[in-house]
Amino acid sequence: MTGVAGTKTTHSAHVLDETRIREQFPILSSTVGDRPLVYLDNAATTQKPRVVLDTLSRYYAAENANIHRGVYQLSQAATEAYEGARAKVARFLHASDPSEIVFTRNATEGINLVAQTFGRSTVGAGDEVVISTMEHHSNIVPWQLLCEEKGAVLKVVPISDRGELDLDELDALLGPRTKLVSIVHMSNSLGTVNPVREVVERAHARNVPVLVDGSQAAYHMKVDVQALGCDFYVVTGHKLYGPTGIGALYGRRTLLDAMPPYQGGGDMISSVTFEKTTYNEVPHKFEAGTPHIAGAIGLGAAVDFIASVGFGPIVAHERRLLEYATNALTAVPGLRLIGTAPQKASILSFVLDDVHAHDIGTIVDTEGVAIRTGHHCTQPVMDRFGVPATARASLAMYNTADDIDRLVGALTKVREVFG
Amino acid sequence: MSDLRDLYQEVILDHNRSPRNFGPLEGADLQADGHNPLCGDQLSIAVKVEDGVLTDVRFEGSGCAISKASASLMTEGVKGKSLDEARAIFEQFHRLVTDQEAPVDPSLGKLAVFAGVRDYPARVKCAILAWHTLRAAVDDNHDIVSTE
Ligand SMILES: Cc1ncc(COP(=O)(O)O)c(C=O)c1O
Repeated sequence: MTGVAGTKTTHSAHVLDETRIREQFPILSSTVGDRPLVYLDNAATTQKPRVVLDTLSRYYAAENANIHRGVYQLSQAATEAYEGARAKVARFLHASDPSEIVFTRNATEGINLVAQTFGRSTVGAGDEVVISTMEHHSNIVPWQLLCEEKGAVLKVVPISDRGELDLDELDALLGPRTKLVSIVHMSNSLGTVNPVREVVERAHARNVPVLVDGSQAAYHMKVDVQALGCDFYVVTGHKLYGPTGIGALYGRRTLLDAMPPYQGGGDMISSVTFEKTTYNEVPHKFEAGTPHIAGAIGLGAAVDFIASVGFGPIVAHERRLLEYATNALTAVPGLRLIGTAPQKASILSFVLDDVHAHDIGTIVDTEGVAIRTGHHCTQPVMDRFGVPATARASLAMYNTADDIDRLVGALTKVREVFG
Repeated sequence: MSDLRDLYQEVILDHNRSPRNFGPLEGADLQADGHNPLCGDQLSIAVKVEDGVLTDVRFEGSGCAISKASASLMTEGVKGKSLDEARAIFEQFHRLVTDQEAPVDPSLGKLAVFAGVRDYPARVKCAILAWHTLRAAVDDNHDIVSTE
């Protein structure tokens, strides 16, 4: 028997049906030159299944209207679809209520929103914000800007040689002036999955709220913001098999209620006079202007798609593939993996002797293999490991052992060129 | 896509393995730093100038094969040239790696090995970084050169 979106029911468990999954992603049957595309840059962005593409075009072709404004039916239908998408994202992240989901442009905007609202109203001179060495630049720079403005101090939790967060150091850094911990759930350059639950416990023991950057985690594992206990959680739609230009911020309702608005404009107000403006309820208070309606609805379709495949089969498939790829890559002479934490998922960052990552990227591209090369917006991680850049293969639900074989085959070409 | 050997020519691989004029330059008259944030390439170029002539050019830093070889071959190519000649070679080199249609200028000599780069648009910045940095040095521009 075959399940809804590509899982097979066997006598033991749901197993992901590679062929049926791949068929749903039109781009996967394309070629690069004369080679079939092998797409291994999922940490940068994932490909889109047909159901997301269809949802976007159906919205524009048949349902397009502005939301929260019209009394006519089309506008109400669009409003319902947009708010319905919010409910889907809330369910996907297991938030207790859709009002805890704010639509943003991406994860970056989610973090900046928290920095500019919660951060600016909470962090003062001499206060501290705690992040880690393995943060994406989007979870570093907003805090640097905030700290610079407020005369606050940014503290950085170090990581081990395997790429694990140092929890003892976290404890040592948490102090009476700590106002927020902002930490990545899963590193985009190392693959490390952080023990977010423990981080939250330690921070909450000192009454410090925690923001979690779930950009990478949310498409590889089941996220339950209530079980994690975090106060904010950001995701980005284009890494959830959804459209670009849409993301979401989960915020604990009590915090969102207390936060000042982010941007001013339409939709975020309940009444405006020149003397006094009152703001709308959350989450609308944080969504000024016409939002990316189609994007939000497309994101709703994307998280439904993920749910229909199921994290059971996705996690099992990606775990097998990660193990296969780890073995295959470590067997390549001169290859060294960067990021070997026991708790990791779906990312293989590596260096190859003294061949620069950029050269590796160009050469494997001629074989149709798309990987990322560079610092992956995590320069402090590169500095920590003393490398200028890495090559990175990152997996998604539609990748196969064959993709890994093609990558390994392409890497032998690097050897041919560089000798 | 054209053959990889058109990009990674033997001369380029050789200069990547053993870069010429690599290391610090004592008593440099002019110096500039270049950075390609996309791939983390970092170069610094130092020159000695006497009577408007580049009497010595050396470079330091790290980068991919294309950027390292380009810096290495550049130092050889401009040593002994006047500042104006160096600027003219910069322009020729720029055309060589960016203009798909341009015939390869024979006066470029060995530098012509970089013609293959024009078929790899993502790598143009790698080939050109050293040159932009040199130009900043000879123009005595102290901003860090960035390809972005
Ligand atoms: C861990 C992590 N955080 C944040 C981001 C930023 O995502 P976006 O550019 O969609 O805002 C990314 C992706 O680039 C990421 O991998």
